[in-house]
Amino acid sequence: MCFMRLIQVLSAGLLLLLAASVVANEAAPMAKDPVLEARVMAISDELRCLVCQNQTIADSDAELAVDLRNQVREMIVAGKNEDEIIDYMVVRYGDFIRYRPPVQPTTYVLWFGPFILFAVGLGVLILNIRSRRRNTSETDEEQLSTDERERVQTLLKQTSGDENK
Amino acid sequence: MFKYVIPLILFLVLAGFLYAGLSLKPREVPSPFIGKSAPEFNLPQLMQPEKSISRDELLGKVYLLNVWASWCVTCKYEHPLLMELQRSGLIDVYGLNYKDKREDARLVLRSTGNPYVANAYDEDGRVGIDYGVTGTPETFLIDKNGTVVHKIIGSLTPDDLRNCILPLVEQLRKADSNNQVSREAVEACVS
Repeated sequence: MCFMRLIQVLSAGLLLLLAASVVANEAAPMAKDPVLEARVMAISDELRCLVCQNQTIADSDAELAVDLRNQVREMIVAGKNEDEIIDYMVVRYGDFIRYRPPVQPTTYVLWFGPFILFAVGLGVLILNIRSRRRNTSETDEEQLSTDERERVQTLLKQTSGDENK
Repeated sequence: MFKYVIPLILFLVLAGFLYAGLSLKPREVPSPFIGKSAPEFNLPQLMQPEKSISRDELLGKVYLLNVWASWCVTCKYEHPLLMELQRSGLIDVYGLNYKDKREDARLVLRSTGNPYVANAYDEDGRVGIDYGVTGTPETFLIDKNGTVVHKIIGSLTPDDLRNCILPLVEQLRKADSNNQVSREAVEACVS
């Protein structure tokens, strides 16, 4: 009995060790310094993963993203600043690697297009509302003659009289 | 009348954008190296580790640099075409063996044939990063001055070779300071 118990405890311990080593393996590429890691992630957040293009290399687990994160980490350790690191990536992968596209003639439509569309939409809306308002006020004046007004008054009086009863 | 025309126009515009979107290839990120010097490298060779190979050794010739790996399925698909290219002798193909195990890569070349004049062995993918490689295979066309003329992402096709690469190669070989590559040859590669 006692022997069985020992085996159970030992195997449980072994499993725990195994689990720990698996975790350690996954965490291996991470730097031990949390401040450094935070900087790596901050810069990685500005870089697009070119394999899964709607993710940053901070979010992505693609092999290329892991490699590029390691590259970023090494460059920080080597004393490079954020601009230098992003330039390094742009030289190799082009502007597309920047998750926040630079403002330049080729991206004017991208940056300012939505505002222009919004302004146009707003303009159309205002014109529409104005013309509608003008139409309704004009029709009011055209359609109600003094006779009609009197009829409205008497009708309104009748209904209010009815309610009072 | 306007009430019906405006939605129709909006629909047509939207349909036009969607239609154009069908033929866009977001994977094919334009290489920032086109027209620029190919990045330098100096790596051990795949088949003969004691020998090295560098970009500068290849200056003076027009060649293709094919980025590949034994774990890359599309490379296997592309392989027969590279073999054919080698047999034709039309252009030298150099390999950049990217993030591979030396033994695996050698096995592939031994069992299916070696289309490369030589292979640079880029074990950790550093040179791959320098070349802006996002996936294998990728093929760079490099001229006599070491300038990247064209880059093809994904498998080469017979069409790429016939319409773009080979005509360009012919002109690049003749090209010198007073003999420029014609615009048509370059434009044939854009489509």
